[in-house]
Amino acid sequence: MTVYQPKDAADLAETVAGLGAPVRIRGGGTRAIGQCSASDVLDLSAISGVVDYEPGALTLIAKAGTPVSEIEALLAGENQRLAFEPMDHRALLGTMGAPTIGGVFAANVSGPRRIAVGACRDFALGVKFIDGTGRQLQNGGRVMKNVTGYDLVKLMAGSWGALGVLHEVSLKVMPAPETEVTLVFDTPDAEAALAVMSGALGSPFEATGAAYAPEWGKAYLRLEGFETSVRYRAGELQARLGDAEILQEDASRPLWRDLGNVTDFSEAGYVATVSIRPAHMPKLAARLSGPWLADWGGGLVWAAGETGDAARITDELRGFVAEHGGHCTVVKAPEEAGLAVFQPEAPAVARLSDEVRRKFDPAGFLNPGLMAGA
Amino acid sequence: MQMPEPDSNTLAKKDRLEARIVEAIGRQAVIGDEVELRAYECDALTAYRCPPMLALLPRSTEEVSKALAICHEMNVPVVPRGAGTSLAGGAMPQADSVILGVSRLTEVLETDYTSRIIRVQTGMTNLAVTGAVEDDGFFYAPDPSSQLACAIAGNIAMNSGGAHCLKYGVTTNNLMGVTMVLMNGEVVELGGAHADAGGLDLLGLICGSEGQLGIVTEATLRILHKPEGARPVLIGFSSNEVAGACVSDIIKAGILPVAIEFMDRLLIGVCDEYSGAGYPDCEALLIVEVEGSEAEIEHQLGLIREIAMRHDPVEFRKATDADEAGRIWAGRKAAFSAIGRISDYMCLDGTIPVSQLPYVLRRIGEMSKEYGLGVGNVFHAGDGNMHPLILYDANKPGDLETCEAFGADVLRLCVEVGGCLTGEHGVGIEKRDLMVDQFAPEDLEMQMAVKDVFDPKWLLNPAKVFPLASSEARRMAAE
Ligand SMILES: Cc1cc2nc3c(=O)[nH]c(=O)nc-3n(C[C@H](O)[C@H](O)[C@H](O)COP(=O)(O)OP(=O)(O)OC[C@H]3O[C@@H](n4cnc5c(N)ncnc54)[C@H](O)[C@@H]3O)c2cc1C
Repeated sequence: MTVYQPKDAADLAETVAGLGAPVRIRGGGTRAIGQCSASDVLDLSAISGVVDYEPGALTLIAKAGTPVSEIEALLAGENQRLAFEPMDHRALLGTMGAPTIGGVFAANVSGPRRIAVGACRDFALGVKFIDGTGRQLQNGGRVMKNVTGYDLVKLMAGSWGALGVLHEVSLKVMPAPETEVTLVFDTPDAEAALAVMSGALGSPFEATGAAYAPEWGKAYLRLEGFETSVRYRAGELQARLGDAEILQEDASRPLWRDLGNVTDFSEAGYVATVSIRPAHMPKLAARLSGPWLADWGGGLVWAAGETGDAARITDELRGFVAEHGGHCTVVKAPEEAGLAVFQPEAPAVARLSDEVRRKFDPAGFLNPGLMAGA
Repeated sequence: MQMPEPDSNTLAKKDRLEARIVEAIGRQAVIGDEVELRAYECDALTAYRCPPMLALLPRSTEEVSKALAICHEMNVPVVPRGAGTSLAGGAMPQADSVILGVSRLTEVLETDYTSRIIRVQTGMTNLAVTGAVEDDGFFYAPDPSSQLACAIAGNIAMNSGGAHCLKYGVTTNNLMGVTMVLMNGEVVELGGAHADAGGLDLLGLICGSEGQLGIVTEATLRILHKPEGARPVLIGFSSNEVAGACVSDIIKAGILPVAIEFMDRLLIGVCDEYSGAGYPDCEALLIVEVEGSEAEIEHQLGLIREIAMRHDPVEFRKATDADEAGRIWAGRKAAFSAIGRISDYMCLDGTIPVSQLPYVLRRIGEMSKEYGLGVGNVFHAGDGNMHPLILYDANKPGDLETCEAFGADVLRLCVEVGGCLTGEHGVGIEKRDLMVDQFAPEDLEMQMAVKDVFDPKWLLNPAKVFPLASSEARRMAAE
């Protein structure tokens, strides 16, 4: 096995241009999921560092290998943050390493706040990458509004390295709120939880998190902002949705960190996510026999199970979305189960995606096999 | 503006094409009469006109598919059209093309308040989408100033923005799914009522692709509950620099206004006179709008006031009631009409990093002297999307060309300081030839390779976005 560790963009371009065999692209190495068939590794950790940060313009440019923790610390110094709340997979997957911003971008990783502010892709302003033939390419830039040419930035976000090796990304950052609280509602079943979550998200009172833990029978709503505003909205929401227990900032923060990182399922042998129409959450819930959690107001369901049930549960989840719309991604499963990570696409979409991949990486050298069809 | 030479072979196919399409989708859906076709000869970039061979107005996705399949088979270029309000010439026909308009696709297909989505046919106007849900307290957030007229189809194709996008994002951030017909007639579904793509984000790619990848006939859009209230303040400053610094301080303070609009001296005067807004006599003016309950609004406006005071404003005027709010906005909203009354003008749309604001405004002022043409500035200051309005006289020979040269220089300046050619209006034909200033040849090549996938024959809106020289080989191969 060869491990390439290029030191900058030019070096990376040369490395990729000279590849004779496929590589697995590694950022922080916190996720080893997938059936990438490559044995050689392209390690981006040396291409690291924040290139530019303008708090007054809410923009940040960083090299792909920059640890997320470094970026978060820098932003915190200016009272700002990555609003899409990237998940830290380490607890769930039992992996080591440090998540990098390139990895977050490549997988479009977004946490509980996605339901209110958007996904990583919605904060992605620009990208520089090397395609499968070694060409240095870029798209987007560092400004917040840009419709010049095709939006390859969105395409690259969530492309899992299959279209190119990201080496620099620029992101929109957001101010951190003055405070946050969480309202905890007793909700006996999925229907009741959905009513609370949709009631809040469909109100003017701006919840930035809406999750449901069936095991505890509780629905959680997060409110962020100025102290006076948060207090006011907490009152209004309770007036509409019923009494709730209120967790203040010091209890609210760790709660959402754990919900976002899905630490509840760190012992599970199998974990998958299902992105669905929120209104369908109770219907999906009725079909689940193992442990599960709902985030994104019901639009994201985390399902867990025993290692031995991996294939069966995946079939059930994929069957549900084939019927009702959405997609299911396997996050944690035993290698030997041989499960496809991503939801199979409709034939027309699969063909377009495949052809796009071939335009970017004609030889199929970048993370081959990770995404469908590649 | 150069357009490709019309292909005589294609022109000669008109009668046969018309007959086949009429047979497939009916006489009422096909316009072939020369007089009627004039309605389709241009969009809102009215300086350039060219009637198409035919205009097709199908009534369903299926009819769109049938019409496209025929054009595909007969190698006839197709220019998609929504409401024709593009400022970039995106919907302008070429002589050997047919227009495919979605103006008869205007139905709401579904609303789901539990999931906060609406599914519509894309010929619906932007404002009609909000109209369909506002009785229930909801709205569709992207609000281009053209929202009364422009269609969701054009919004998706251009990834249009609006006054409130600082908080709510632009079209791409509010678009969840589409039904799209490929040039060969194949119908694809991307996204839906769920968040994010399970594979490659093709939906993100489609949004902003200017009608070059497929014809979007249906869309699933995110809807939001209306805020309890909203209120603007007006802040006048003695220089552009100070106004720019104030914007940056407001953003850094963690306040997230829904809009921060900027006007310079020329615009302040013109708009004030036109609308009677009562703007102060000063160099630069900001309109900052915040949302929430009465108390939340008061609190945010208090913070903004504190920040503004540090910059020694000429005036700080808080709207106390709806009437005063209306007057503060009246001048800004009338900006284009007000300028239009005193002169012909060209509206630019570059974006710059906010920190470059004072420098860019100074440079534009200098260029204005060099070119001998006046310029006014009005723009979305929170996100750096500028709209310099260059004044010229359409009746004076050579003035339009001088104006275009000046405009091109301003856009190059935007790119030079780290920005881009267009923040929300799109490239179309207008900025097509400037693309080489923003992109290296291989970056343009990659984008064109993406079009190859969706439209291998390069029949969909082929003479837009990419410089004609860059796209020539592909367009020729198609013929
Ligand atoms: C007075 C005025 C104010 C404006 N203000 C704003 C503003 O604030 N913000 C802003 O962003 N824009 C603004 N615009 C520009 C314009 O309104 C937008 O670009 C709008 O989205 C265009 O929509 P349309 O339906 O008129 O599209 P059209 O002009 O018909 O077409 C625009 C593009 O979309 C393509 N297209 C149309 N229909 C389809 C389809 N079904 N499938 C695929 N492609 C298609 C066309 O080929 C063309 O390239 C303004 C324009 C005017 C005239």
